[in-house]
Amino acid sequence: MGMKIGNHPFFDRVDEGINNSFMRHAVSSAQDRLRGKKLNVTVNDQDLGDWEEWRSAGEEIRRHTLENLDFYLGQLSDAVAERGGHVFFAETAEEANKYIQEVVGRKKAKNVVKAKSMVTEEIGLNEALEEAGCHVHETDLAEYILQIDDHDRPSHIVVPSLHKNKEQIRDAFRDKLGYEKTDKPEELAGFAREQLRQVFLDAEVGITGCNFAVAESGSVALVTNEGNANMVTTFPETQISVMGMERIVPTWEDLDVLVNLLCRSSVGQKMTSYITALTPGVKEDSVDGPKDFHLVIVDGGRSNALGTEFQSALHCIRCGACVNVCPIYRHIGGHAYGSIYQGPIGAVLSPILGGYEEYGELPYASSLCAACTETCPVKIPLHEHLIKHRQNYVAGQGRSKASERIAMKAFGIGAGSPSLFQMAAKSAPFVTKPFVKDDKIPKGLGPLKQWTETRDFPAPSKSNFRKWFEGHTKKGEAND
Amino acid sequence: MTEGTIHHRDTFLNNIAEKLGRERKLSVDRPLRQNQPQWAVYEGYTQDDLLAVFKKACEAIHTDVRETDAASLTQAIEDVITEKDGSIVIPKDPRFSSFGLEGMLARHNVHVWDVSLGQENIKRAEKAIYGITFSEKTLAESGTVVQYNDKDMARSISLLPENYIAIIPKSSLVPRMSQLTRDIHERVKAGEKVPTCVNLISGPSNSADIEMNLVVGVHGPVKAEYIVVTDL
Repeated sequence: MGMKIGNHPFFDRVDEGINNSFMRHAVSSAQDRLRGKKLNVTVNDQDLGDWEEWRSAGEEIRRHTLENLDFYLGQLSDAVAERGGHVFFAETAEEANKYIQEVVGRKKAKNVVKAKSMVTEEIGLNEALEEAGCHVHETDLAEYILQIDDHDRPSHIVVPSLHKNKEQIRDAFRDKLGYEKTDKPEELAGFAREQLRQVFLDAEVGITGCNFAVAESGSVALVTNEGNANMVTTFPETQISVMGMERIVPTWEDLDVLVNLLCRSSVGQKMTSYITALTPGVKEDSVDGPKDFHLVIVDGGRSNALGTEFQSALHCIRCGACVNVCPIYRHIGGHAYGSIYQGPIGAVLSPILGGYEEYGELPYASSLCAACTETCPVKIPLHEHLIKHRQNYVAGQGRSKASERIAMKAFGIGAGSPSLFQMAAKSAPFVTKPFVKDDKIPKGLGPLKQWTETRDFPAPSKSNFRKWFEGHTKKGEAND
Repeated sequence: MTEGTIHHRDTFLNNIAEKLGRERKLSVDRPLRQNQPQWAVYEGYTQDDLLAVFKKACEAIHTDVRETDAASLTQAIEDVITEKDGSIVIPKDPRFSSFGLEGMLARHNVHVWDVSLGQENIKRAEKAIYGITFSEKTLAESGTVVQYNDKDMARSISLLPENYIAIIPKSSLVPRMSQLTRDIHERVKAGEKVPTCVNLISGPSNSADIEMNLVVGVHGPVKAEYIVVTDL
């Protein structure tokens, strides 16, 4: 299915999202919990020292890595091959899928188990595998739920099934798999454990994404909680890991810093239950490790950002912290973005990977409140990227003449989506509004004062959205 | 298959270099990192201090910690193994005998991982109620035990049984992941091969994918138990 979600025009999707009060409740409640958990182990964790210094450390590592990306990818591929692994560099999704189809074809594989991976979602790997005659089993609980429920699409980069409640999950399990127990999360998860145990043991091929590859040793590090990624990389004879080309660190010491930033920013844990670094060992003769190891490194449009003002968008470590503080995401939900990458980072990244023609309207899904930039653990200036995207879009970059009409509609955001406009205009001067109502502050997080003192709280907009909007629609440009 | 292969590298990396506006880089002189907050965390802590930090961290990851000395280790393990008939899987690891655990193991239905038995090992691990391993390094900050998996220290042992028991020499405690990764980095630089699976385990498997409610025990162990040996 690839990166794109749905075929409805952007503003129709926005209105669908805003009018879906059930989904909005699920999203706001998840945002609050994830934000609260993150605060506890970042700015409020006295043992860790200065969180700002950690963010600077992360930014420093990411900047250096991207500036020298060709070198580090070269080093990584040498190290993997030295240990008997195979590396395939894929410029496009099609090339990546074709290579993986060939591998599973040579293995005559029928059953493929997958750990959670956004990049395989991005390239539409599942369809390619099915085309090759494989039965694909998603094993991350959230991905499993989506797959069972008629291949629903992800609505959050860390918790892809965030838009579903437990009753819906129970019903999907019951209708598709004959599940007979209650909607208790323990029972639902226990059912997935039972259903998948033998599947892990029987699968011929295991496919993972890659949180960080370590260049110096040719290792693929996975950051997970459920144990499914370990299953996927322990029992099948063949391991295929797919990585976006920027998901790399030079050394194990860099891995430490970024794993720390990722675990704390994404799910509010000091460490996830499993941090597993896998290095090919085809000569090792072990019973429970892959005998054949493939690493597929995907460009897929990422290089469009290199050497441009958008290069730092590739610093992203996919923690979703920006999604969890975004007032627009809170109101429209994940599917409205029409991309598997949602929220502020999705609105920055999707046009880079998929072009303005398809995703040029996404940078308007923002009130430019800068909460995303403030929370990003590697200090990506997300809201500045959004402004730059708008400038490019309005200037006609990447658009054919025929699409200019649509573009003007996008720029005339009020006409496009009255509800988004009202919401954005209302929230911009006080973007904190959706978060600070007494009934919405999670218990234990203290009074409003404490919230506003934290770095994580959405910062006041530098420029009121409406004023900015009025000022710049007249000029036809968007230089803030 | 012993030799790896690399496909389409040059065009791919040349494109990156071109986009970055320069020639391909074949070496990189890395400046000293300006921000290194990791070394101040629990700096100067004694092993006792680190143990206190570790125990506190374990409260947050649903993992019980017991302390014992080497002489009482057998009894401590017996206390944890409440299902006396339940089978146990352990790696081929000389420490089980050097720490005097052979007698205890003889009283239970124990499978010692043996590569020569092939797939039978996995079947035995799948049926086992308990998996027991030693921790190579233990991260106080996060309640994390570390395994260097290979053909003898098999991955399945801490993964398939419902209960995972880690034996933790107190001397293996370090402040955080930074000390572990520095050690691995130094070894890689010295030309050593990194283990095929470096596994950092912090408690039992879990998920919060359903309405953000925490479920403990998904595909890996449902329960994890740590035994700290205070004089090792």
